[in-house]
Amino acid sequence: MTASPSEPTAPTGGPADGYGSRGAALRAGLRLAVGAPAVVLAASYIGFGALVRSVDWSLPLGLMSSAVAFALPGQIVVVEMTHTGASLLLIAAAVALTNFRLMPMTLVLMGRIRDPEAPRWWPYAVAHLIAVTSWLVALQRIPDMPVRERTPFVFGFGLAIWSTTLTATGVGYALHEAVPPLVSLGLVFLTPLYFLLMMVADLRQRARLYAVIAGALVGPPLHLLTPDWGLVLSGLTAGTVAFSLDRRAAARDSARAASSGETLGDV
Amino acid sequence: MSNADTSWFPVVAILVGAVVTYAWRALGTSLSGRLRADSPIMAWSGCVAHALLAALIARMIVLPVGPLETTPMAARLAGVAVGVAVFFGLGRNILIAVIAGAATMAGGVWLVA
Repeated sequence: MTASPSEPTAPTGGPADGYGSRGAALRAGLRLAVGAPAVVLAASYIGFGALVRSVDWSLPLGLMSSAVAFALPGQIVVVEMTHTGASLLLIAAAVALTNFRLMPMTLVLMGRIRDPEAPRWWPYAVAHLIAVTSWLVALQRIPDMPVRERTPFVFGFGLAIWSTTLTATGVGYALHEAVPPLVSLGLVFLTPLYFLLMMVADLRQRARLYAVIAGALVGPPLHLLTPDWGLVLSGLTAGTVAFSLDRRAAARDSARAASSGETLGDV
Repeated sequence: MSNADTSWFPVVAILVGAVVTYAWRALGTSLSGRLRADSPIMAWSGCVAHALLAALIARMIVLPVGPLETTPMAARLAGVAVGVAVFFGLGRNILIAVIAGAATMAGGVWLVA
């Protein structure tokens, strides 16, 4: 949980010959996670713990959510939609749309870390621990490792991150009670703020920029129009608009670059 | 509001959410090496996921439910502004930025109260 300044977080100087064994790679993953990644994640899950307390859920519910879902955006969707009285079907749809990103992420990473000697179930256990943080770090680190050490490393890192989120959920829950009301308001506010910053930090891709702007614009009005369907509708409409705008802009760019009249499919 | 009152509903909602979430991870695992990650359907899904998340965050800030409901909109927007400014001003340190933004929001509530 505490930051360890001795652990480098930049992708500099990985072990060219690996860590020597699968066990050593697992321990290296564990150690690497207990640093800056864990601290930032802990802050966001402290916010989640406070959010859970603020809607009068029990602590076991909050811990269960972090343990079995382990993907914060979807966890917040479940809390918020349950609180606003949406149906199970709509909650499932919203979580599916929110967390779809895990599919291509897992697809990319698993293709690079798969160990042909490992049992068939092993990658499916590792998969549960893949979230944005472990994915980014894994992509940076694994090229330097022998194939047999890659999944243990990712598993070790993921396990440390997973334990951190459970602890932080409990801490946030307890803090919400223990601190003055103003501070607990601040704790609940951590969650939207954290995701807002995560999103604005990563807007270099044009499609993503369009999607975030369009989603933020239609989200509140659609929620007022139809509190049940608002979120799912916002994602589908704003996402589709952003996708088409990006396709059109990409086609215009490449037409301008080619300037040879080559036709691209207008999507 | 009726859902929140029944004790079993949150448990089922959490489990349904977890099953849906793990299904994506498992599908990605089983498709790895067989499907390209940069196809148009993946790009579209990425747009939908980002738009949905942005819509949720905007709603949580502009139309919050729960304890933030009682806070003035100006305090929440000031918190967002300070969070973003600190984030880009201080070399993209997300930890300091969220703390500064949340403190600003709480400070705004205190000023008004």
